[in-house]
Amino acid sequence: MNPVYIIAENIVSPLASTALYNFISLKEGRSGIAQHNIPQFSPEPFFASLFPEENFSNNNTYTKFEQLLIASVSDALSLANIDPSDKRTGLIISTTKGNISLLETNKQDEALVKRMSLSASAKLMAEHFKIADKPLIVSHACISGLVALITGMRMIQSGGYDNVIVTGADIITRFILSGFQSFHAISNRACKPFDAHRTGINLGEAAATIILSSQKPKGENAILLSGGAVSNDANHISGPSRTGEELYQAIQQSMAEAGVITDDIGFISAHGTATMYNDEMEAKAINLAGLQEVPLNSLKGYYGHTLGAAGLVEVVACVLSLKENVVLPTPGFDIPGTSKPVNVNRELRQGQYTACLKTASGFGGCNAAVVLKKN
Amino acid sequence: MDNLCKLGFLTTEILLEGRNIHEAYGRTKTGIVLSNANASLDADIAYFETVKNIPSPAQFVYTLPNIVIGEISIRHGFKGENAFFVSEEFDAGLLEFYVSDLFKRKSIDCCIAGWVDFLGESYRAVLYLVENRSAARSLPWTTEHINKIYELANGKING
Repeated sequence: MNPVYIIAENIVSPLASTALYNFISLKEGRSGIAQHNIPQFSPEPFFASLFPEENFSNNNTYTKFEQLLIASVSDALSLANIDPSDKRTGLIISTTKGNISLLETNKQDEALVKRMSLSASAKLMAEHFKIADKPLIVSHACISGLVALITGMRMIQSGGYDNVIVTGADIITRFILSGFQSFHAISNRACKPFDAHRTGINLGEAAATIILSSQKPKGENAILLSGGAVSNDANHISGPSRTGEELYQAIQQSMAEAGVITDDIGFISAHGTATMYNDEMEAKAINLAGLQEVPLNSLKGYYGHTLGAAGLVEVVACVLSLKENVVLPTPGFDIPGTSKPVNVNRELRQGQYTACLKTASGFGGCNAAVVLKKN
Repeated sequence: MDNLCKLGFLTTEILLEGRNIHEAYGRTKTGIVLSNANASLDADIAYFETVKNIPSPAQFVYTLPNIVIGEISIRHGFKGENAFFVSEEFDAGLLEFYVSDLFKRKSIDCCIAGWVDFLGESYRAVLYLVENRSAARSLPWTTEHINKIYELANGKING
């Protein structure tokens, strides 16, 4: 199958607006999570990683969600020498809730339904960037970003595309926050992934973009997206598997597709949402895969859970970690807190890393895994 | 279950009537690839009504379109590859590519694929059972056949 290279990447987050500046912030241990008191979102103060409102212009053309996508794709395109208008360039957009905030502030009518639809945003993106091909939209809960990347990888492997721009974003408003609060899933402090005293997630806002290509980029250290798989727990719509077997199935398939064995995996970027159930399930899956000794991190303590952007944000961090041969720490983690041990990374670690594994899981019992490799 | 899940769940019941897919192909080898135009907007509107009073976790969980995949998976024990795409109109080309590619990779031997859309008073479901073995009256999984069946199901052309 054709190799698939990652030729450009971006993160737009409350920490910074490029991948490199985000990565510098992560290495310095800076987190976007803070306590917010926004009565129109929540009657109680809450911890989250949010953009300052003044970052966005109040225009009639693009919503905040779309402005984020544009900022992220623009920066990624500036780093890649590709022609968006070529028929063999694809665009994939990943999001869980897109423009749901419009439901909170507008009258429900046909025009609103049309404007809110993800296809409307996708069309605006395609027009803005003069993309000739019809954009794809993935909306698959918290694994959306990885499903979008896997789809892009498969489009190039099949030979039908030369380049695929994979982007994703989600913003946090009353709709999403109230929902997670109703589940009692929101932590009342900065989240603590894999920790014994973890009490739930923080939500976060971000956009991220990865450009995939069949062409090897110039220079050393090209990073390949070389395997990916998706599975379903078939167990519960809002609670993860009790055994972790199904995430393990996705890990195993993605590693087999990438042609790597456990010894090749230098580090794991886990989903690590800091809920009791997610982290426990992930630890079990990682043990089933025999990867429990491999350094593992969760970036939720930096960005919160950025939903449809999360998979992309975290894969961008994986790309830069592989290039710089470092493994990021896991902010919030102190005391191991899963029934099966995993090697949660606490400090910025240096080594020689040739491949890494990224995992994600979400509502609906979905799981995904991808493997990145150095050329 | 919300409306979208009921629609997908019931259509799958009809599609798989008399079949024992997970025994024929194995749980991990059966995939689900669905798409629609309105994502989970029907459930979003219903959930947001509750936010004005007491937000309902039972309704919030349905505010993601892939939950219908989860419900079908639970019912039939399917654990294989799954994906949910949103497109303005039915996209036979996307389904053909995505599902065929999974078969070529040998990730799956069987797949439930198609369109499940629900908003307000209007709904539409067209599901396909795609298998790696041919059966009586089965057609090759091509864009042309996918479109033809979709149009038949929607009365756009006469059968």
